[in-house]
Amino acid sequence: MTVESTAARTPRRASSGGKRASASAKKTASPGKGAAKGKGAAQGGEPELVQLLTPEGERVENSEYDRYVADLTPEDLRVLYRDMVLTRRFDAEAVTLQRQGELGLWPSLLGQEAAQVGSGRATRADDYVFPTYREHGVAWCKGVDPTLLLGMFRGVNNGGWDPNTNGFQLYTIVIGSQTLHATGYAMGVAKDGADSAVVAYFGDGATSQGDVAEAFTFSAVYNAPVVFFCQNNQWAISEPTEKQSRVPLYQRAQGYGFPGVRVDGNDVIACLAVTKWALERARGGEGPALIEAFTYRMGAHTTSDDPTRYRRDEEREAWEAKDPILRLRTYLEAQGHADEGFFAELEAESETLGKRVRDVVRTMPDPEPMSIFENIYADGHALVDEERAQFAAYQASFADAPVNAATGGEVK
Amino acid sequence: MAVKKLPIAKAINESLRRALDTDPKVLVMGEDVGKLGGVFRVTDGLQKDFGEDRVIDTPLAESGIVGTAIGLALRGYRPVVEIQFDGFVFPAYDQIVTQLAKMHARALGKVKVPVVIRIPYGGGIGAVEHHSESPESLFAHVAGLKVVTPSNSSDAYWMLQQAIQSDDPVIYFEPKRRYWDKGEVNTDAIPDPLHKAHTVREGTDATLVAYGPMVKTCLEAAAAAAEEGKSLEVVDLRTISPLDFDTVQASVEKTGRLIVVHEAPTFFGSGAEIAARITERCFYHLEAPVLRVGGFHAPYPPARVEEDYLPGLDRVLDAVDRSLAY
Repeated sequence: MTVESTAARTPRRASSGGKRASASAKKTASPGKGAAKGKGAAQGGEPELVQLLTPEGERVENSEYDRYVADLTPEDLRVLYRDMVLTRRFDAEAVTLQRQGELGLWPSLLGQEAAQVGSGRATRADDYVFPTYREHGVAWCKGVDPTLLLGMFRGVNNGGWDPNTNGFQLYTIVIGSQTLHATGYAMGVAKDGADSAVVAYFGDGATSQGDVAEAFTFSAVYNAPVVFFCQNNQWAISEPTEKQSRVPLYQRAQGYGFPGVRVDGNDVIACLAVTKWALERARGGEGPALIEAFTYRMGAHTTSDDPTRYRRDEEREAWEAKDPILRLRTYLEAQGHADEGFFAELEAESETLGKRVRDVVRTMPDPEPMSIFENIYADGHALVDEERAQFAAYQASFADAPVNAATGGEVK
Repeated sequence: MAVKKLPIAKAINESLRRALDTDPKVLVMGEDVGKLGGVFRVTDGLQKDFGEDRVIDTPLAESGIVGTAIGLALRGYRPVVEIQFDGFVFPAYDQIVTQLAKMHARALGKVKVPVVIRIPYGGGIGAVEHHSESPESLFAHVAGLKVVTPSNSSDAYWMLQQAIQSDDPVIYFEPKRRYWDKGEVNTDAIPDPLHKAHTVREGTDATLVAYGPMVKTCLEAAAAAAEEGKSLEVVDLRTISPLDFDTVQASVEKTGRLIVVHEAPTFFGSGAEIAARITERCFYHLEAPVLRVGGFHAPYPPARVEEDYLPGLDRVLDAVDRSLAY
């Protein structure tokens, strides 16, 4: 799924040359009303955004971005569909496992599959991704075994994978911190003269963080090959986008001197196209870009959250009509790109994945207590050595206690 | 043997120059470090000789400086960042504590973040607010960070070399009021390990433990005490995390008395940690409780009264008298 761009110029505005959302889509409630009121709002209150596949599954033309997906084959489209379905299934399993007490917490990506799969599939193997903590779909696209994502939520580690294996950094809990790491990494890519780019993921709430502003500044000043991919899922826990910004988020880029684009975050083809555009210009030495994927978090912020306290059912229902998976299925079926056999086979694959996730989580071993002292320092530390030895002696004092073979209790 | 007599600031400059020259992955980053050569001129001339790609003038954003340094380190670089003044490190404190310190552990040891953060610290230069603080305990408390502070030119040179070569993040506190003190630097020497304390004056009656700017004060106090017939041993800690308790313990077992001296507030400070551990280790050797001399539980005061806040010769000697009175 690679697209060689022949673009002589790069689009600077979200609206440039693109068709707006279909008339029927405009009839749905506008969930991003705060953003829609901004300068980037199209007529009728629907926020203007790049859209290549309508919520009804109709492909629409876009003179600026079609070129980035011009070579998509039916097989490529099925891959995107499969990615989204399996990501959603994995996510659903994780939510269930949390409810069963197998995970301490889970941040669901339900509703954001297109934003993540579209952008994730736009990356090359040598591109490096800096995620927040909800990028399960991006991890999937980068080839990370999804069960690795569960360790920190089960409480067996605080990350637990080698970021360099798949070019996928560890999840970052503190909001927005990773955008600076991505920028620094991209500065290094540029210094190395490497032909790759970096993607920093973050949410709408993160745009209020100073680190994100500083990442924008540094990336612009040093022309770093980094793509800022903001998933505006409308809610930062209980706070709506209106609490983060008075202007549409993609317009923030203008003040830093690089382009910003708003894309339909529930349109996997548009997300793929726009991210390819941004990555190609980054690789070509044109510096950073901001993509605002306009989407919706269908579930709670995390499993600890209760969205019924702060948002209306009607809002979610309006977004359900824009479901990223259903619209691609409609398109695949209408075009004859996928038959019942494909969908049945995918359903079976989903079942297999679900079972594997359940099995892996339930058999995930607790770390050894002594692992508390591992990997704190690369070069060692005398205090850690001392406390490790003390704790080992303390543990050994229990192991040495004589045990009643019949009862397992101490001998009296 | 290449022995030079250099002020501490120049020794750090020479050390950075050597590191930039030796390893193409070493970068110097910070506000004003390029053309200006840093507000204390510690990086003077480095950009001219190594270029803007190696000695990087950054936007005025401390979190951005440390955060991008982390990214560069993840890419394989070894950034040495300068924070202009101690009180300005706090905008970057989140990146240092929640990110830099924990990444190695988070990745189960699969990644290394060899970032050095240079911070001119401490008072005594008549500066305005936020320019004279001693926040070393805040960093020493955080697992994953190493905290060191030289007190003389030779250590300034060699400890920075070792900090840059370390695969761990190192907070390198520079005693700014001693920047212009000269000392010999042997650039061909084989230095002591980075985390080894030095006994810089032998004595038998009591031990003074200090680091960074207070080492000179303690040496002066020991000289004054000698005139009164008191023999004080002075230990230059050099490293706050990890802390070389063995050297302190050996000294206390010899003298039976310990006074810890630092500029930072004593409450929850590094002196408290030293007092607690040495009490555990040397309970039967101590002739007096471990005493601390340091800053008060107050914001760093205006310059006109900072000499009342900072431990000076008299306050150190007063503590010595109190210790010897037990």
